Amino acid sequence: MRARVYWPVTLAAALLVALLAYGLTTTATDTTLDSAMARGDRVDPPTSAALPLLGGEGTGSLADYKGKVVLVNVWAAWCNPCRDELPLIQKAHEMMESRGGTVLGIDVKENSGAALKAVDEFDLTYPNLRDRDGSFVREWGQTGYPENYVIDRDGKVAAVRRFPVTQKWIDETLPPLLDESA
Amino acid sequence: MRTLVAALLALAVLAPAALAAAPRASLADIEDEVMCLECGTALNVSTSAVADQERDFIAQLIAQGKTKQQVKAALVEEYGPRVLAEPSDDGFDLTAWLVPVLAALSALAVVLATARRWRRARPSAVVAEDAPALEPDDARRLDAELASFDR
Repeated sequence: MRARVYWPVTLAAALLVALLAYGLTTTATDTTLDSAMARGDRVDPPTSAALPLLGGEGTGSLADYKGKVVLVNVWAAWCNPCRDELPLIQKAHEMMESRGGTVLGIDVKENSGAALKAVDEFDLTYPNLRDRDGSFVREWGQTGYPENYVIDRDGKVAAVRRFPVTQKWIDETLPPLLDESA
Repeated sequence: MRTLVAALLALAVLAPAALAAAPRASLADIEDEVMCLECGTALNVSTSAVADQERDFIAQLIAQGKTKQQVKAALVEEYGPRVLAEPSDDGFDLTAWLVPVLAALSALAVVLATARRWRRARPSAVVAEDAPALEPDDARRLDAELASFDR
């Protein structure tokens, strides 16, 4: 009798523990990219899924920039450190454009009106995609705002910056990659 | 009489339209059904910059005369389905619907099983034959006492 009473309880407890474990593993920050960068490896992007274009129809993805060096800038207009670095990012884009590179902005978790207002305010001339709910950058192991990832001409992730960029970082990171051939 | 008939006709025509008109949306009514995407909490308890931006967006839509459903649809369009506090009914979110039901059923099963076990294990009524018999004097006194309550 005792066994008949307790087996459903045990089963329910096991299911709850399994559910908790699944929830923890699926919401934990992915550090694969950081480990690869720490080893000095270049790796495939965690995802290159298509995202809606900001201020336009259709979608865009990293695949659209094959053969180019791409500085992926993760930002949002509500994030002050992101706003602080936008002038630097625009300047980097102007430098990269003539050397076979581009900045690709990923605007995260905000309405397009607010994002477009910032694009106008900072005179951003590079393309921007919209990660409406943050699921794209989650796969990149995003931990905060802003973040920057550099993709080389072979489409591999060559550098990751988990906090605002500096001119020094741009000068040290981008030119060597722009000098590489595909 | 003619006026009364006209008034009733007007009421019959206008009343359904008035009832069909959707109530005006309000920020307070929507806030608790929407998530702050960055904080992972309901918008009405979120104080971050992203929450403020979401609130501004909702306020703009309300000012444009949008209904609650239209505001929620616009939120989903801009931020994706995760902006709604109600979990979706597919993928991992499905567990948010299933777990409470399964937990309630499990609890009910445990309660029923335990009650059944207790009922079986409970000793039967006190056996009167084990009690010592009353002395004749005591029996008479008891009868007298009981009779006094009947008066």
